[in-house]
Amino acid sequence: MKDFVTLFQEIDATTKTNAKIAALVTYFQNAAPQDRLWAITLLMGNRPRRPVKTTDLRAWVAAITDLPLWLIEESYYIVGDLAETLALLAGDQENTEAPVLTLTELLQALQQLAGLNPEEQQAFITRFWMDHRGEDNFVFNKLITGNFRMGVSKQLVIKALAQYIGQDEKAIAHRLMGKWDPAAETLESLFGDRTVENKAYLPYPFFLAYPLEGTPEAILGPITDWYLEKKFDGIRGQIIVRNHQVFVWSRGEELVTDKFPEFDRLQDLLPNGTVIDGEIIPWKDGQVLPFAQMQTRIGRKKLTPKHLSEVPLIMICYDLLEYNGEDIRSKTLEERRLLLTTLLALPSVNSVLQLSHLLEFDHWEEAAQFRARARDFFCEGIMIKRISSVYETGRRRGNWWKWKTAPMTVDAVLIYAQSGSGRRSNLFTDYTFAVWDGDQLVPFTKAYSGLTDKEILRLDRWVKTHTIEKFGPVRSVQPELVFEIAFEGIQESKRHKSGVALRFPRILRWREDKPATEANTKEDLRTLL
Amino acid sequence: MLQFKEEGIYFPAADLYIDPWKPVSRAVITHGHSDHARPEMGSYLCHTLTKEIIKHRLGPEIAVQTLDYNEPLHINGATLSFHPAGHIIGSAQVRLEYKGEVWVVTGDYKLLNDGVSTPYEPITCHSFITESTFGLPVYQFKPCASIYEAINHWCAQNAKEGYNSVLIGYALGKAQNILANLDPELGVPLLHGAVFNMNEALARSGQLFPGEWLTPETPADRLKNTVVVAPQSVLGTPWLRKLQPYRIAVCSGWMALRGPRRRLSVDKGFALSDHCDFEQLNTAIKATGAQHIYVTHGYQAVYSRWLREQYGLNAVELTTHFENNEEAITGEDQKTPE
Repeated sequence: MKDFVTLFQEIDATTKTNAKIAALVTYFQNAAPQDRLWAITLLMGNRPRRPVKTTDLRAWVAAITDLPLWLIEESYYIVGDLAETLALLAGDQENTEAPVLTLTELLQALQQLAGLNPEEQQAFITRFWMDHRGEDNFVFNKLITGNFRMGVSKQLVIKALAQYIGQDEKAIAHRLMGKWDPAAETLESLFGDRTVENKAYLPYPFFLAYPLEGTPEAILGPITDWYLEKKFDGIRGQIIVRNHQVFVWSRGEELVTDKFPEFDRLQDLLPNGTVIDGEIIPWKDGQVLPFAQMQTRIGRKKLTPKHLSEVPLIMICYDLLEYNGEDIRSKTLEERRLLLTTLLALPSVNSVLQLSHLLEFDHWEEAAQFRARARDFFCEGIMIKRISSVYETGRRRGNWWKWKTAPMTVDAVLIYAQSGSGRRSNLFTDYTFAVWDGDQLVPFTKAYSGLTDKEILRLDRWVKTHTIEKFGPVRSVQPELVFEIAFEGIQESKRHKSGVALRFPRILRWREDKPATEANTKEDLRTLL
Repeated sequence: MLQFKEEGIYFPAADLYIDPWKPVSRAVITHGHSDHARPEMGSYLCHTLTKEIIKHRLGPEIAVQTLDYNEPLHINGATLSFHPAGHIIGSAQVRLEYKGEVWVVTGDYKLLNDGVSTPYEPITCHSFITESTFGLPVYQFKPCASIYEAINHWCAQNAKEGYNSVLIGYALGKAQNILANLDPELGVPLLHGAVFNMNEALARSGQLFPGEWLTPETPADRLKNTVVVAPQSVLGTPWLRKLQPYRIAVCSGWMALRGPRRRLSVDKGFALSDHCDFEQLNTAIKATGAQHIYVTHGYQAVYSRWLREQYGLNAVELTTHFENNEEAITGEDQKTPE
C-alpha cells in the first residue's frame, strides 16, 4: 500500500488540480493491476464499511501508549480528526520484517476484519500500527474509521483515468456508474474494448445563468426582449430519452438516474431523441416542498416506496435541447420553447414534467416587486432569458441571468464556539448564534462560513480570552459579539430549541457597531416564517 | 512565595515581576519574544544575550541589567539566577530562592538541542512554573538535526527544479536555527527585513548568522534558486510575488498537525519547534523534583490534570493574557507575539 500512501500524500500536499491529476496518472501507471481498481473505488468515494468500533480503536491506542482515555479524547478535540489522532499516538516506527501488504490485500483483510472477534481485531490493528510509519498509519486509520476522503472530486478522478486510459471523460464517467465490484473486474472489463459503444447517455454541456447585479433596465434594455420565469430552488438537470432509455444528469455532470425513479416511465412516454433542461424540485399536491426534504431523499442509499410517496419529485422544464434526435440548441429560445410546449402537451407526462410558466410583467419595476417577495411565490427569484438567445455552454454574461431575491437576515449573538475539523481544526470556526427571548438568549443556528481568514483568526483569539466554560471541544463565550446572519429560508422545527430551522445560514458580517442588547429577538425570527 | 497578579508573576521578597504584561517598576525577562518582553517597564533584568534583543524590540532607551547563566543576584535575602532554557538565544529559566524555598519560572523552553541556543539544564526546585504550548501526547517532535536535514533536502530539490525556497519562521529563534543549519551548498540565504534586523541586533552581542537583506534593490539574478527566510507576516502578501517561482514552507511546531498545515495552504510544513512536546515536558518536570507545578501558556487544563493523575503532583493551571499564541501562525501584522 506504500504507493497508495504516497498518492494520498501527494494529493494532500497540493491544491493544484493539475498536480493532483499528474499524481493520479503516475499512480495508475505504476500500481499493481488489481490495486488500481480498488484505488478507483476509494477515489470515487466508495468508502469501505467501518470494520471496528471507534471506541475500541481509542481503547486499543490507550493500551499501547499507556495513556488515559480522557487524554486521548482531549487530543482528538484539538486534532479534529480521529484517524490522525490515532496515527500521531500509535507510533512512527517501521518494522522492516513485517509483511508488506498491497492495497488489495489490505482492503480484503479489512473486509474480513469485521467478522473477527474484538481480540483478533485488536491484535491485527495493533500489529499494523506497531509495524508502520505514521503516514501509513494515518491512511490505514482513515480506511478503518470509515471516513476516508482523498481530496479529489469524482470529476478529477475521471479526468485522470481518461488521460491514463486514453478515452473520453464522459465515457469513463458512464462506465464507472452504478455498482461494480473491484474484486470481480479488471481495467479491461471496465474500460476496454467498448470504444465504439453508443453515446446515447451523453448530456449537453449546461448553459448557466449569470448573476444580475444592478438595475435590469440599465443592463438588459426593454423587458419585452426577455422571458422571465420563477427561479426554483432545486437540482438543475437534463432528462435524456434515447433508445428507449432514460438518463438523468445533474449540473455537476453526474449521472444520477438512479436517484429519480419517477422519471423512468418517460422512456415510453417521450419520443426517442429528447433532451429536456430544467429544475428538479420536490412537489406534492400541487405545491413545492422545502428543498431540505429533497436533500434528505437524495442522500439515501436505498429509496423505498415510502420515500417516493412522501417526497415526490418533478421537473420544471424550461428548455428543449434535442427534439426528435436533432440538436436544436442553435434555434432561438422562442422556437425551442414552442417545441417544448408541444412536447409537454402530452397529458401522460404532466405528473412528472411541468412547463416552467412565463411571468408576465409590463415593466421591470413590476418584476422587481415580484423578486422582492419571491419567497411568497415559493421561489428564490427570477430567471431572465433573452427570447432570441441560442443555448450556449458554461456560465456566460449576456443572455441568461439569475436575479435572486435578497437573503433574510437577523442580527444574532455569538454564544458558543467549537473548533473546526480538517483545514479548520485547532481554530474556533464553528459558531452557534442566539437571539433574545425576553432576557434569555436562545440558540437558533450554527454558521461556519462568511468570515475572512483574518476575521477567523481574530475571533479565534477572542474566543480563547472570553471563554466562560469548556464542554469538551465546545466553549461558551461571553455574549458580546453580534453577527448578521443571512439565510435563504426558515421553517418551523420541533427539533430545535428556538422552534425554527434555517436553510443555508451563513455569516454576512461582523456587526462591531452593535452591542449584544441590540440583537434581534425570537419574535423577530418568527415573523419571517 | 510568588503571587499571581494582574500585572504578572510577582516575587514580593525582591519586589520584582517575571515576564509582566503590564507596566511595573522592575521586570525580569525570561527571553526576548514579545509575549514575554513587554514595553514600558521601569527596568529590565535579563540574560546577557537577551539585552540587545529587547533593546532592538522595545527601544534603545530602556534600562537593562544583565546576568550570565548561573550567576546569582542577591536582593533583600532572596536569590535570583538564570539557567539555560534552550528555547532561543538568551532564553533563561528564572530560579528564585527565599528562606530555603526554591521556585523556577521557565518562560518557554525545550529539551531538544537546536544547535543554536544554550541547551536546557534541569534545576531542582519545590515549585515549577511550566508552559504547555504542546502539552498533548499527539505532539512528538523529532530531533532538530533531522528536521534541518529535511529542510536542506527540500531546498536542494527546489533549487534543482528551478524554484526558490521560502522558509517561514519567527524572526527571533526559528530564523536563526534555520540559518545556522542551512547547508552552505545552498548559497547565502536572503533575509526579510525583520529577520535581517534581528540578526543585526544579535550580532551586537557576537551572535553571527549568514544572510543578505532582501530589498527592492536586490538584483533579479540573485533571486534564482535561492533560499529566503522570512517571518509568517509575509504569508498571503504581495511581498512574496517577486520571489516567483518559489515553493514555500512553514517551520513551526504546529505543523505537526495536518489541519494547520493545510489551512496555511503552503507547499510544506516542517514541525520544527522551540517548545517542549509532551514527553519533553514530562521529562523536565520529573527532573525538577518539584511537587507544585503551575501550568501556563497552552493546554494548561488538560496538561495539569495529566500531571495530577499520572504523577500525583499538585498541578494547577495558570491563565495568562496570551493564550497559546506565541507560535500562532497568523499571517497577520508584526504586533502578534512571535
